[in-house]
This record gives sequence, C-alpha cells and structure tokens, in this order.
Amino acid sequence: MSTANGLTIAVPRGALFEGTVELLSSLGIDTGELRTNDRKLLFEDIGVVTMRPSDVPTYVEAGAADIGVTGKDVLLEQLAHAGGGASQSTGRDVYELLDLGFGRCTMVLASKAGPDPALESLRRLGVMRVATKYPRIAARYLEETGRQGEIVEVKGSVELAPLTGMVEAIVDLTATGTTLRENNLVVREELMVCTARLIANPVAHKLKAARIDELLERLRGLPAAGKA
Amino acid sequence: MIHPIPSGTRDVLPQETGEVRAITDTLRGVFDRHKYGEIYTPALEYESVLARADMAEARPAYRVFDETGTVLMLRSDMTAPIARVVATRYADSEVPLRFCYFAHTYRGVRPQRGQLREMLQAGIELIGAPAPEGTAEALTVLCDSLQAVGLKDFRIGVGDASLFPALMESLQVSEDHRGGLLEALVRRNFVALEHRLHEAGVSGEAAELLLEVPQRRGGPELLTDAPAPAVEAVTGMRRVYELLEENVAARVIFDLGLVRNIDYYTGAVFEVYDPALGAPIGGGGRYDDLLGRFGRSLPAVGFALYVDSLHQALAGEERGTGALAELRSVASTGEPR
Repeated sequence: MSTANGLTIAVPRGALFEGTVELLSSLGIDTGELRTNDRKLLFEDIGVVTMRPSDVPTYVEAGAADIGVTGKDVLLEQLAHAGGGASQSTGRDVYELLDLGFGRCTMVLASKAGPDPALESLRRLGVMRVATKYPRIAARYLEETGRQGEIVEVKGSVELAPLTGMVEAIVDLTATGTTLRENNLVVREELMVCTARLIANPVAHKLKAARIDELLERLRGLPAAGKA
Repeated sequence: MIHPIPSGTRDVLPQETGEVRAITDTLRGVFDRHKYGEIYTPALEYESVLARADMAEARPAYRVFDETGTVLMLRSDMTAPIARVVATRYADSEVPLRFCYFAHTYRGVRPQRGQLREMLQAGIELIGAPAPEGTAEALTVLCDSLQAVGLKDFRIGVGDASLFPALMESLQVSEDHRGGLLEALVRRNFVALEHRLHEAGVSGEAAELLLEVPQRRGGPELLTDAPAPAVEAVTGMRRVYELLEENVAARVIFDLGLVRNIDYYTGAVFEVYDPALGAPIGGGGRYDDLLGRFGRSLPAVGFALYVDSLHQALAGEERGTGALAELRSVASTGEPR
C-alpha cells in the first residue's frame, strides 16, 4: 500500500519526525523520499505534508490535513489561557485520538543548582521570573500552584536565561536532562509527561470515518502505541 | 484613511452581498414552502432573561450597560430568543409553531483562528413537535435547504445528547466524574477520556464501552447492535430514521459520540459537514427542556446554518473538493483561498 488509504497526514519535522516516519513505514507506506528529501513539504504520492510540530494542529484544524502527529506539549500550549481558575477547555478544534507513546519528554521547572533561586525570589520579592518557550503552560502551572510568576517568553536556548540572571527558573521540555545538567541546572518540579498524539480534523473524523478507524486499528496493533 | 474593524467581523460589499443574497433567498423559499414564518428579534437582550438558556461554550460574550445600569447582552444564537418569544407572545397558542430567521449572532473568538465574532445564521425552530416526527421534519427541511442552495457533497451527522449520560448512569460512573468525562467527549479527546475513566475507577467492560461506543459512526447498521444502556437513545434515532424520505436518509451519518457544546440539547443533535470545509457548516438538535425554562414547557427542535460557512463550502465545491486538491491549487496559483 502506497498511501495512508487516501488520508492526508500532517507530519512534524524535528524531534518527532523519526518516530512518525517509522510509524508510517510500519503501516506499509513508502517513506523513502520522505526520509531523504528534507526540503520538500508536500509528498502527494503518500498523502503526507511536513511542517514544524506546532503548526500541525493549525493545518489539521483547518482541514488542510485530515490527521496529524504532534506533541502533547504543543496541544497544551495552544489551549487558550483563561485566568482566575475559569474553565479552560478551548484548545484547537481537533480530536485527540491516540497516545502514540513515542517522543516521551517531561515538562519541568528547573533552576540553577544549589539553593533554589526561585524559592528565594518568591520569599523575598513575592514573584518568580520564569523563562520558557511555553508561556501558557508555565503561566497556568504557576497559577494552579498558587505562585505569582512573571513569564518571559524566549524562542530558543531557554537554559541561557537563568545563567545570565534574567530569570530565576525555566519551564522547558526535557528528554534526558543532559542539556540541563550541562548548564548547571537542576529539575525542581515535574509538570507533566508529554508524548506524541494522533489528532484528527472533526469533519474528516465523520466523513472519512472508516478510513480513520482502520488506521487507528492498525496503529493500536503496533507495539509502541497506546502504551505510554 | 484606513479605519480598522474588529477581527472576526467584516464589511460585506456588493459582489459578496449578491452571492450571499442568492443563498438566503433560496433558503427563505424552502423555509416558506415548509410553512415556517420569519421573525426578527432584538440583537440586544436582558442578561437576566437569556441566562435562563444555559449555553455552555456558546454563551453570549458581549455585555453592555443601558442608561439605567441594567446589563444587556448581544445574543449568541436565536434559539434562546425564540424560546423567550414563544413563552411571552405565544403563551396560549396552539402548537406546533414554526419559525424561521436570518439573523446575526455574536460570539467571543480565539485570536487568529478565522472565527467569526458576528455570524449570520439562517435557521428554523419547530416548537411543540416531539420526537420522532418533529426531528424528522427538521432534518427534512435541513436537507431540502442544503440541496436547494446547490451544495453537493454534504452529510448530516446525527447523534443523541442523552446517549453518553445514559451510558454513564447505567454503568454506575460516580457522579463526581461524569462532568469531566463528558467534557473530554465534547472535545473528542479520547486520550483524556481513557485517562479520566481510569481515574474514575471505571475498568473492564464498562470502560471499554464508554470509550468505544462514542467512537461508532456510520450508516443505519450502527443502530442494530447497540449495547443495552444505549438502546433507548438508539431506538429513538432509528424511529427518526424510519420517517425520513430516501433523499434525506442517504445524507445521514450516525455518530454515537456526537455531543454539541451547548447544554440545552436533550435528544437528537445534528451537525452539517461538507468535505470542502474543515469545520461544521451548521448544527442543531432537540431541546425539550429549554422552553420550560422560559415558562411554557414544550418539546422543540431546530437547526441553524452558518451562512458564511455555507458560502465558503459552496465556493470550495466549485473549486474541487478535498484537502490535498486544495493544497495543490494553492501551490499552483500562489493564491490563498
């Protein structure tokens, strides 16, 4: 079988790419070109479009792709942040169908080794500054745990922020903790475990029900999926 | 000079007005043929009155104070205002009552998502007509409407809002957990649903059913082997289905997990899909308790079509359907849609 039975799949480039391509291969899809051509975006023969992981929900929500693979961190970050403990269920209008189990990472709160500078800041100044690529997740977490935080959004190398004294702590995703250790940071709290998820467009979920269900069935039959 | 307007609103200029008018005129003709009388209600209502409707995620988002300090709201749908009209102006009238409307409704939006703050809805309300006949009539008008405007590939998803609550009840899910489970289902987050079932201590066959039944969608064959707790809802769906003409029945997809994000639905719920658009272009259902909240207890059913979405779907069908077809046309012409 050369295509994912007529479905368009949004595949994330980056950390989840390898796992996703492997998944497609084990479904019998020819991923040769997908593996070798990293500039191409649209692989019509196999019904695949590639993009950065945070764009996957956008394309799937709009129906430009029927289904997609993205990280739980991305889905959580795209939940609208409603403050003051208001109910906040309004994420992307996509269906989360399956925990694919791979790409396992932990969202952590980390700060410099030694006496926790975040605690000290909270004690003396009543607020902790937190750098992150996930401003909504970080803000929600601090609010839920009753701490006043000042969120500083950065686009890359979050570890730099506490080392330069810009902030006292970071919220970031870590797989092995190596980068944190190398930068003399220690994990203070674990927020959540994030894995790759299979998401679907609501209309495709109805109009292409049989094809999506068949795919789900086969994915559930694979050793990795749903075991996270 | 450039003067901006709020995101999610727009000016409709003559070319678009002409196209939209063609759609609404056609719909008006269909509603009229089925004996639905057109009504207008104010866009502004008292907050204290509309609050009776309990609309969950579709609740009104805009409030203003009038000159006496009373809180007014911009309506977020037409079902609640029409329920108010029936209780107030048709308190003793014979039923069924049939109303149709073309009206702007107002909702809050999430930024950069193409959502409409001001949305033109065209719909009907059939008051005092119980299931299954009333439901079948509403579905028939809906199907006639979509066919009349020339939409080719649409399907109507039909579910029942009482099905999942009935399943939870009969499988003895503790009441504390029901809200969370229903919320996961409303978002169709099946991963969260599975986790929450585990948290709620539901396991084995019960968990299996609660996870698997709402994922069933397909043709009428779905209605023959429903598990015992779902039988009542499914029997209701089958009765409606049996009343449908062939051209309507052929458009129906049954979806045992269909739950809309509005709390007032009590029985059958529908959503309209077209492969040319990634989001529903209309929806509706039965709201047998809503009229009672306004003081005249009557069973009722209705639907609303989102005129702008319908317009987009029609344009999309003209260009050739399907997600990948869409991508190709963008790539080749360089023009977004």
